[in-house]
Amino acid sequence: MPRQSPVPETVDREFFAAANRGRLVVQYCGRCDRWQYPPTTRCPVCDGAESFLWREVEGRGTVYSFAVVHDTQIASLRADLPYTVVVVSLDECPGVLMLSHLPGAADVAIGQAVRPRFAVTEATGQRVPEWEPLS
Amino acid sequence: MTAPQVRESAAGLFRVDDGLGVWPHRGRVAAVGIGHSPTARRWDGAAETSIGAWTILAVRRAVADAGVDPAAVDVLVLDRHTTGGGSPWPEGAEIPREVAERFRPTDDPLDGVARLSPQWLLANLPELSGVKLVVVTTMCMSMALTAAIETVGRGHGTTAIAVKAWHNFPGRYGVRGANADPTVSGPAKHGVRGAGIAGANSFMNAMEFRRYLFKYGKSREMMAPFVVNSRANGLLMPEGYWAQHDPRPLTAADYLGSRMIADPSSLLDNDLPVHAAAAYLVTTAERAVDLRQPPAYVLGHAGSGVARGDRYDGLPYRSVVETLEESEAWAAATARRVYESAAVRADDLAFENCYDGFSFLHPFWLEAFGYAGVRHGEALDFYQGDIGLKGPHPVSPSGGNIGGGRTRFWGHTDSIQQIQQRAGARQIGRPATIGLSGGFMPYWSNFVIWSRDPDGP
Repeated sequence: MPRQSPVPETVDREFFAAANRGRLVVQYCGRCDRWQYPPTTRCPVCDGAESFLWREVEGRGTVYSFAVVHDTQIASLRADLPYTVVVVSLDECPGVLMLSHLPGAADVAIGQAVRPRFAVTEATGQRVPEWEPLS
Repeated sequence: MTAPQVRESAAGLFRVDDGLGVWPHRGRVAAVGIGHSPTARRWDGAAETSIGAWTILAVRRAVADAGVDPAAVDVLVLDRHTTGGGSPWPEGAEIPREVAERFRPTDDPLDGVARLSPQWLLANLPELSGVKLVVVTTMCMSMALTAAIETVGRGHGTTAIAVKAWHNFPGRYGVRGANADPTVSGPAKHGVRGAGIAGANSFMNAMEFRRYLFKYGKSREMMAPFVVNSRANGLLMPEGYWAQHDPRPLTAADYLGSRMIADPSSLLDNDLPVHAAAAYLVTTAERAVDLRQPPAYVLGHAGSGVARGDRYDGLPYRSVVETLEESEAWAAATARRVYESAAVRADDLAFENCYDGFSFLHPFWLEAFGYAGVRHGEALDFYQGDIGLKGPHPVSPSGGNIGGGRTRFWGHTDSIQQIQQRAGARQIGRPATIGLSGGFMPYWSNFVIWSRDPDGP
């Protein structure tokens, strides 16, 4: 669905590069055995960088919660109102939640299984993860 | 007049850690004076309604209300920001000449229009000639008021003014600036706290509330009595937006029929952005007894957040958004600290004015504080009973932000007035002996326990 194009920066360049390849990556600290999202430059727990690496994940998850947005202040999102925004708990990454759109699903429910898909954003062509029900 | 010392951070004044015990200044500080500007939906461009002008008005009214010599005010606490970000000055727009000519300027042409520096405020309030200390705080009146209370408690001054102002310029709130851009940078790229991707300010609260409904088996319709009660109480707050401009009560049908913004959050769950200012005068208990209004004694205060050095930030959440479980835990920890600071218990409270902008935050706070014995998952059932002003457990007698507009200060005004027994038509039926006010979010808050008796219960 239409949305703002994220501009990658040093901290999340790997994340968006992977998205352009249709892959989902999440940071993982080997020292702490802890997944991290949103991206940070160092592990927020041990402050380490050496063992803080990007790992590819399949990205399956469950809907923690959601809202159906009927009015938005963001110009890029207006064309697709109403749209569903879900907060997803990643199965492979305990503690990690991701937030994105779930296009076209009117009957989403908490606990529903979902998987990522990658949508192209208009302004720059950057791809971003969205979600779709895992039927 | 010697230039006052300006502290650009209030971080050291907040009680956000566990185990601090009873507030050492319990009962020795009191709020006495209250000053409000009118409340408008948006600024009309006139000099006399600019946010600077209305802040001056609020401060003067608070000083006059207390009956204090303006020169006796020795501490000023304020937030430089007068918007939460949703109403930036339109790019390239000229400041009306009348505004520029009316006030003593600083080097910043938007001072007094789109923000508020202590230098601008003091230059335009020359009668506050005794201010020796300025404390700059952030976000909310809850922060400014708490910082003023703590400053007086520690003896950094004897008479403090806490001030908070909100401007709202013409045009739709929140649509300018980054939200109009085709690209997005920073944390909003990942939807941190719902920014950017979600596209609605109320998304976070709506999402958490949906989880709440799921967790406890409740329905959104059960919020109707709270919203109706808030509007009813807000209509009795003479300074509130609805009381001044559209004094119609709401019905449950109005609430249930309100258009959705971020389902389950409707228009009436969102507090209305407004243009307004308020100020409170806080002083020592010794001085308070001789002033024009009865003292509203402070028994304690505490909050949540991370105060390290000069920084005061909200609590960090585990991932991209805070969860309901995090919010419940943070709110509960805050309540424990607040009660400990004041040496009171939930059943000592005669009323509460917990934060409600957005409406769904109120049940989180109500449950955390255990008001009227309400436990986790029970607030919506509690709302179905008698929550009115004359009932046994008045809820949000101020009307809050839902009942008065997005100022984040109605609850403090009402609490002080309830204790002083001058809340007028909002005066609760039971004796207003001890009350609670504060906010805003569970991850970042400050609350105050007020008392008619300096020794508490």
